Amino acid sequence: MTTVTLTVNGRAVSGECEDRMLLVDFIRVKLGLTGTHVGCDTTQCGSCVIHMDGLSVKSCSILAVQASGSAITTIEGLSAQGEMHPVQAAFKEHHGLQCGFCTPGMVMTAVDMINRRGGSLTEEVVRTELEGNICRCTGYHNIVKAVLSADAEMAAGRQAAE
Amino acid sequence: MYATSYHRASSVDEAVSLRGTAEDGKYLAGGMTLISTMKQRLAAPSDLIDLRHISQLAGISVEGRTVRIGAATRHADVASSQAIRAVCPAICDLASHIGDPHVRQMGTIGGSVANNDPAADYPSAVLGLGATVVTNQRSIPADDYFTGLFETALEEREILTAIVFEAPEKAGYAKFANPASRYAMTGVFVAKTAGGVRVAVTGAGAGGVFRHAGMEQALSAQWSPDALNAVAVDPSNLMTDMHADADYRANLIKVMAKRAVAKAG
Repeated sequence: MTTVTLTVNGRAVSGECEDRMLLVDFIRVKLGLTGTHVGCDTTQCGSCVIHMDGLSVKSCSILAVQASGSAITTIEGLSAQGEMHPVQAAFKEHHGLQCGFCTPGMVMTAVDMINRRGGSLTEEVVRTELEGNICRCTGYHNIVKAVLSADAEMAAGRQAAE
Repeated sequence: MYATSYHRASSVDEAVSLRGTAEDGKYLAGGMTLISTMKQRLAAPSDLIDLRHISQLAGISVEGRTVRIGAATRHADVASSQAIRAVCPAICDLASHIGDPHVRQMGTIGGSVANNDPAADYPSAVLGLGATVVTNQRSIPADDYFTGLFETALEEREILTAIVFEAPEKAGYAKFANPASRYAMTGVFVAKTAGGVRVAVTGAGAGGVFRHAGMEQALSAQWSPDALNAVAVDPSNLMTDMHADADYRANLIKVMAKRAVAKAG
């Protein structure tokens, strides 16, 4: 057993786990944050996407011990004081989900995409960037619309702030 | 996944010594192949020695036309490096198409080249550029480094520390990606280097990445996609699997090579 220490959604946490425990299991089982999902468990579907030190990663393909010392953001950490994050609001507005299983990963991916390439997203870029996330319901159309809408809104917000 | 013991090394020497005391240890970089393989119980190392936090393995430097990419450099960092793009955009393009964005933010060039998956992208760039594989013990020319499927010249405890190459006059990479995994069903890296034209093929060879002499000759005579029209690609040493048979891959090699030359300009 090894002690894993993380900053999760701004809060310092630690817990004991076997070295073979996956980060996603640590988040769900040890921390009780079940918003991060396990879809395929083979690094393909993207339901388990979280941010580690500010970058999106697949938490089903990283050991918890590998992540020790890092800052993690999960879907639960995205909204502030009950206010939805602009990406979450855009998914709601554009009906970017049906069953909702892939949505936490989609939203975390969209936030990462906007962090890296915000203001310059096009439909083609969004579709390419969504390569690591699978949705079996929507056919992606409304997800793409939601990401583009959130990008435009966040870019306008940044401009207004400047 | 079978039980394993995790160790985080803070220097190359520490990593080598940890590996020495392990019963059946493996080095762990981004883990984008190894962790998945362990989950499938296709690998069961007793110990994992994490190289991700070793500062000696980090960083990109471009001096003149000499490019040095530290082994722990992630695919996303190569893809977005303005310094590399200025002298060799082909390798940035290649890195930007590995896996998906999340995989590119964990997976490293050192891990990919050390693993030498026969369908990985980087081996074709390393061989196509005639790069030097630098380890904690020596420098290995690319032509001597790749020795077979998942096999390299690396010794048991040797650690790949950097990839070094001279930026080519021109280079391009084109791949036919597997629609599910994004691994190369065939990928071709072409380069016009000071030492001549090099064409390296990944994803197709039964023995892993290889150079294609016929294409190199044709492109030396005339650097254009059409120069490859008359080149024959022998399917006898190519892979056949559920995705494509050897004849199909032979055709893909030619098509991808032409696209790569067109991209290189």
